[in-house]
This record gives sequence, structure tokens and C-alpha cells, in this order.
Amino acid sequence: MTVTPLGIPRRLLEFTLDGEPVRAPEGSTILDACRAAGKDVPTLCEGDTLRPKNACRVCVVEVEGARTLVPACSRKAEAGMEVRTDTERARHSRKIVLELLASSVDLSTTPKVAAWLKEYEAKPDRFGPDAARLNEEPKVDNDLYVRDYDKCILCYKCVDACGDQWQNTFAISVAGRGFDARIAVEHDAPLTDSACVYCGNCIEVCPTGALSFKSEFDMRAAGTWEESRQTETTTVCAYCGVGCNLTLHVQDNEIVKVTSPHDNPVTHGNLCIKGRFGYQHVQNRD
Amino acid sequence: MDLHFGDSKPTDEERAAVDALLGPPESSWEGADRSDADLRWARGGREARDRRDLLLPGLHAINDRIGWISDGALDYLCRRLTVPPAEAYGVATFYAMFSVKPRPATVLQVCTDLACAAAGAPELCAGIEARLGLGSGVTVERSPCLGLCERAPAVLAVKAGDPVRTAVSAPATVERAVLAASAPDSAPEEPPAALAVPQAGQDGLMLLQRVGVVDPASLDDYRAHGGYTALRRAFELGPAGVIREVTDSGLVGRGGAAFPTGRKWQATASQPDRPHYLVCNADESEPGTFKDRVLMEGDPYALVEAMTIAAYATGAHRGYLYLRGEYPRALRRLEHAIAQARARGLLGDDVLGQGYAFDIEIRRGAGAYICGEETALFNSIEGYRGEPRSKPPFPVEKGLFGKPTVENNVETLVNVLPILTMGAPAYAAIGTQRSTGPKLFCVSGSVERPGVYELPFGATLGELLTLAGASEGLRAVLLGGAAGGFVRADELDIPLTFEGTREAGTTLGSGVVMAFDDSVPLPRLLLRIAEFFRDESCGQCVPCRVGTVRQEEALHRIVERAGADAAGDITLLREVGRAMRDASICGLGQTAWNAVESAIDRLGAYE
Repeated sequence: MTVTPLGIPRRLLEFTLDGEPVRAPEGSTILDACRAAGKDVPTLCEGDTLRPKNACRVCVVEVEGARTLVPACSRKAEAGMEVRTDTERARHSRKIVLELLASSVDLSTTPKVAAWLKEYEAKPDRFGPDAARLNEEPKVDNDLYVRDYDKCILCYKCVDACGDQWQNTFAISVAGRGFDARIAVEHDAPLTDSACVYCGNCIEVCPTGALSFKSEFDMRAAGTWEESRQTETTTVCAYCGVGCNLTLHVQDNEIVKVTSPHDNPVTHGNLCIKGRFGYQHVQNRD
Repeated sequence: MDLHFGDSKPTDEERAAVDALLGPPESSWEGADRSDADLRWARGGREARDRRDLLLPGLHAINDRIGWISDGALDYLCRRLTVPPAEAYGVATFYAMFSVKPRPATVLQVCTDLACAAAGAPELCAGIEARLGLGSGVTVERSPCLGLCERAPAVLAVKAGDPVRTAVSAPATVERAVLAASAPDSAPEEPPAALAVPQAGQDGLMLLQRVGVVDPASLDDYRAHGGYTALRRAFELGPAGVIREVTDSGLVGRGGAAFPTGRKWQATASQPDRPHYLVCNADESEPGTFKDRVLMEGDPYALVEAMTIAAYATGAHRGYLYLRGEYPRALRRLEHAIAQARARGLLGDDVLGQGYAFDIEIRRGAGAYICGEETALFNSIEGYRGEPRSKPPFPVEKGLFGKPTVENNVETLVNVLPILTMGAPAYAAIGTQRSTGPKLFCVSGSVERPGVYELPFGATLGELLTLAGASEGLRAVLLGGAAGGFVRADELDIPLTFEGTREAGTTLGSGVVMAFDDSVPLPRLLLRIAEFFRDESCGQCVPCRVGTVRQEEALHRIVERAGADAAGDITLLREVGRAMRDASICGLGQTAWNAVESAIDRLGAYE
């Protein structure tokens, strides 16, 4: 059972969401309110365990009186606000942003994107066959995880998870500028020469599969990765006494990757190198 | 924070460059030899992290001395400041003037932006590259606007060393550019700032009255020409009184956004959180804009005085002057002016004996247009990547170092001096009812007398161009720079006011007026604008990062096409442009499409 901290009581704000009056606790974002009201607003860079970065701009909505659209994931709801989530203007921006993303990176392993592309009638091909994209080989420089920049949408979630929001290792950052900006470790070195401690918390938050377990990467390459055949079992990590929750993803009786439930009030989905990657002894049956 | 440093070591020269800025290290924790005490205590922590804002000056120190930033030098700087190397690498690679790859000690920046391109920058660049081939010890770089548009085409040479040497040549020829790069010390002196002011010395000027009249190095001369009377008046009025005067004057920001200055000051002054900061935005990087440079070079004490007044009114005791890295002469003059003002009690613990403490620190930018965005500028000063923050919260509430901050552009601040000396009613009587006071315009391109002009708001575009001597065959005028918009040659009766340009469907922006005659190939110009924004996008948000690239691609496709052949790509440009305007985080992405759109709609660029 997960214990949810209650926190201090919060006042309810009243505002209008797509013409309907809604109430949301003070401090909630527009996205929180949308979700509470059962509205689906697409998001990519928003992370349930991280502060909103609002870099991807697919969650933009229209707020009465605002000159531009506003990101639902980070804008706090205010009393009396009039928010419209599904106007032509908001839908246009979402469509273009999805087209821009899908034309520049590989979204094939990004959950939900295929449905959004269809819903917004996005046509990433219309920028032509010469549209700039990365076309970089995945970086495989260690046995634990793989960086595939072709899939990176620069959502900053890995940077935030590695930095002051969770891990405090500060091994990765964004380097360069504009279209040439890349997630990188210091001096753009191989991971093995960097400050990385292989906690894998960046993989946990990566929304596109740009960061993945070496095991998953290899199985995908071999064509043996089949999520429909996998089971997920949440258990307690046996390495130390902290009691972190592990979710074991098992295919054909082999652990293929380890994640951690984000609603755990102690770890919020974060693990250390042992919990995340130290599972080979479990399946060493000799 | 558990920091990891690699094995790379700085050279003695690199270490010396950093130590000259930060002082020698005291413990092995920050790069000195190990002492007995080091075995018992860990140095750093909060005290060291609080110096993170020295990261950008530290990167400048290394780049100035060596010409580029090696792994060892970056790691040493990180050790000294307790900054994670990955983050510092992200910062170093953000700025155009830094290199993390080895390069020759001299970098010659050749401006290829709008005014210089029209004045033959491509041929100049090719000529320079032919003369300075491989092995010449000079890196030739194509640069965005150097802010020398009145003397186009322009080059800036920076030769690393101790001290770093710079030379500007404008208008440049191949010979003069090569001389500036090979021997910056013996390159001819730049012409005085007053040469950029065709009206210099004329009666009735308010903002430019002292440019060319006073000696920019002499505080006494400044005072002899009315300097520091405005600050005295400010002390008589008290902070609330100053804010009242500024509010009543109707002054709005001159950096492009036209926000009421008095309201901004009031909002900052009333914040209970302390300390308050003042930031002067001197990161003038809008292509076609050079007025702040001329003010700072020609009348530097005016800016120091105006900053002191702004800080006094808003309760700030520390001011940061964020100066773009491409303005070496403005840097030297302001450094001198601030030192003189400090020595004479006009800055420091007790300004003018009034018991009010205020001092100014100059921070140099390093080649990033985006750092002119107010929140990106805060990040840059704080030692982070110059990426804009999302608003709200606004700077008046949470600005520099998370504290209430008032940020004003140079021209805005300098306007405060006449407001206080002549009084708000007299100032407000100048111009029109909704655009009060005098305004500076940067006129360049196809005109006989390019330069900075001061006119009261309300003069028409035609009147300004007559003053500057527009040449025959005027085809288009770009208002407001690359983020502004084009107007036609038959629209010269547009009044130069905020409301007048808005009614005409364009913008005054930062006051750029760039004239183009029919010899300038319009599609090339538009392509250059698109290139500029693609280069300068910080890359944080998708609409701007990818949108600017897709727009540039479309413009490349239609550069030689028109009519039906271009229609599909123009639709694409419009759709992408609309999303960039609506969904980008900051003004850069929101305005990147303006100029090209106006060229299509008003000039019929691809018909």
C-alpha cells in the first residue's frame, strides 16, 4: 500500500475550463485541473516526479487575455481564469509542434504519440525529405544503458533528475545551442569517463526511449522485445534496508528491466545502481 | 553535491588566468596542493556555490588569455567554484565567443548581418579568407550583427593573451581587416562615437546632447555639462518621488517591449523580499541596433548616473550592467567611468554623502542574442545557460538570484536624466500623448548619413529618412530590426510612435530603421534573417528550436522561386510561424517570423 502524504489543506479556486466552471486546489496547474476534469491534454516533457520544464509546448492551451498560448503543465490555475483547451488556435500549435518533433526525431518508442499525430492530423513528412534531423548512431559505451540521441526531444527531464531535483550527481547537462543543442556529459566524453553513477533515474524519466536499458536496446535490435508478453511485478529491493520498491519487467522468465513506482513516497521512482541494474544474480541459475 | 572531476589538468597559463580572477586557491579541494588541514575539512559547500555567478567571468578569463577553453581549464574553474563540470560545459558551449576546441589565438569576426551584407560583407569575407588561409593563426568567423551598422561592413578582431587585445575596423576593407587581425595594437583608432551621431552638437538634443561634446573619460567634463544634477534632484525627491516623476513622464521601455517604466519601478520597489537588484540590459544585439553602444561610448557617465537613480528609486544597492561581449570600447569606457565615479564618492557606500549605498558591476556577455531577453540575462549572470525562464513569476517579483529585480535597457535609463532635470510635465509634453519624450533611431542601410538620430516621438518615417538622406530607388524599410517588420517605400508617412506603428500593422521595436534600395536582393535578406534566428535560438522549446530550422529550409527552397512555385512553402512558413508566435517560451521565438511575414505580405517578396 502506498502512503500518500496529505500536506496542508488548500483552498479551492474557481475558474472556467472550456466553458464549464471547475474547482481546483490552490497551487494546481491547469493540467492538474484538466486531468481532474477528465480532459486529455497531450504532454511530453511533463514528468509526474519533476518540476514542469514546459519545453515541449504540446500542452499549450488558450487563456483569456493572454497574448500567447500558455503551457498547461506549468501555469498555475488562477481564480476567474478562462481556459480553453481545444480551440482551433491551441490545436494548430499542438499539430505543428508534433510535426516539428516528429520530423526531427524518431518517436517510434514514444508512448501515445502515434495517436496524437493521428488526432491532430499532423503530417511530419511535409517538410520534405531533406528536413534536418540528427541521424546519429546510438551511443553504446557501457553495459548498462544506451543513449540514442536520434530519439531525444530535449525535454530536460534527465538533466533535472540527475541534478538538484533528485540524484544530485549533475553528470548531464544540455550543451550547445539551438538545433545543435544536445544532452551531454562534461566535455562530451563517453559515459564511462563522466560523473555518471549509473543510477538509471534518467532512464526512468525519459519519455521517448532516447535513454534505455542495454537489455531492452539489444532485444529491440534482435526483434525479441515484446511488451505484450511481459509481466510486471513490484517487490522490495533486497540490497539494503531502505526498502525501495522495484518493478521487475519479466519476459520469458527473464528480468529484462527494472523500474520503480513513482508514487512511492520515499523514492518517487528513483533507485540506485544496484536496485536498477543489479539483477543478474537473480537469474543466475547455475 | 558530490562532484566528480576528471584527470585533465590546467596548464600554468590557464591556472593563472583563473587565479587572476578568483585569487589563488587555498586548499586541495579547489585545486591547490594538499595541506595538513585538508585532511580534516572539506572546503566549498554553500560559500563556494554562492560564487557560481563568477562562472561566466571565469570562462571569459580563460578564453581571453588562451583563445579557447580546454578540458583542464574548465575543470579547474569548476573546482574553484564548486560547479559541476557538465553544467559548466553546457554553459561554455552556449556562447558563440567561446570555443571548447583548440583554435588560433586570434579570432576575426566578420559581420555578415543585414547592413553589412548589403554593404558587401560576403565579398569582404571571401577576400579575408583568401588572404588569411590555414596557418595564418587567425580564425575567421561569420558573425551576427556587431552593432556597427553605421560603418558597415564591420569586423572585430580579438587576440587572446594577457591582456587580451581587440581591434575594430569599420568600414572594413580586406587590408584593414587583415591588419586588425594580425596587429590589433597597431590598427588605427576607431573614430569617435560622435561620428555615429549626424546631429552631434545640435541644439535641442536631450539624450545625445553630450555625445561628441563631453570627453567620455572625464567625470569633471561630464559634471560641467550638467552631469549629476539629476541624481541630486532624485535625492531631493526621495525614492517615491522619483518613481512618481517617472510614472508621470509616461516613459516606456525603449528596448522593444514598451512597458511603462514607472509601473515596473513601483512594482519592484514595493516588494517586501530583499535585496532588490537593478540590471541594465546593455546586451544590444538586435541586428541594426547600435544606439546603446553610441550612448555608452560617447556619454558613459550618463548611464552610471541613470543607473544610480533607478537603483535608488527601487531600493537596490547593487546594479549589474550586462554588456554584450562584442563592444570592447564601450566596456573600456564604462569600466573607467565606474572606477572614477567610485573614487569620487558617486558610487560606493555613501553616494553623494547621502548615506545611500550603491555599486555597479559589469558583466560581459559572450555572444548570444537571446541574453537580451530579460530572464535569459539573469540566467547568464547567475552562471547558467542563457535560456529564458517561463513567466510568471515576473522579474519584479523573482528576478536576478530569485530576488525582485528591475531591468531596463540603456536608452530607457538615460531618459530618466531629462525627466528629473526638466520635470515630468515638461518631458511628457514632448512627443505624442501616448508616446512621450525623445526617441533614438538607428538608421542604416541605403542612406547617405547613417547613424543614431534623436527625434521627438511623432516624426514620420519619411522625415527621419530625409534627415538621413535616403537614396534613390528606396524599396523597403525594416523597422525594429530582425524581430520587427518591413514597410514599403510608399508608407513613409507612418508616424514613429508606438501607437502609430501599431496602427500601421508594424512595430517600432528597438528603433531600427534600415533602408534598402532596389539593388538589395530581398530573398537573400530574408534568408539571412531566418539564419540569424536559427543560429540564435537557445533551443529550449520545440516551436523555436525546430521551427526556425524548418523556416530557413523553406526559404532556401524558394530563394529563386516565386508565385505558384513558392505557394506551398509559403503556406508552410505561415503555419509554422503562427505556432512559433503562439507557443514559444519567449520573445525570440514569438517574433522570429515577423520580418519575413511582413516581407511576404507588404512587399510581395515572392510574387
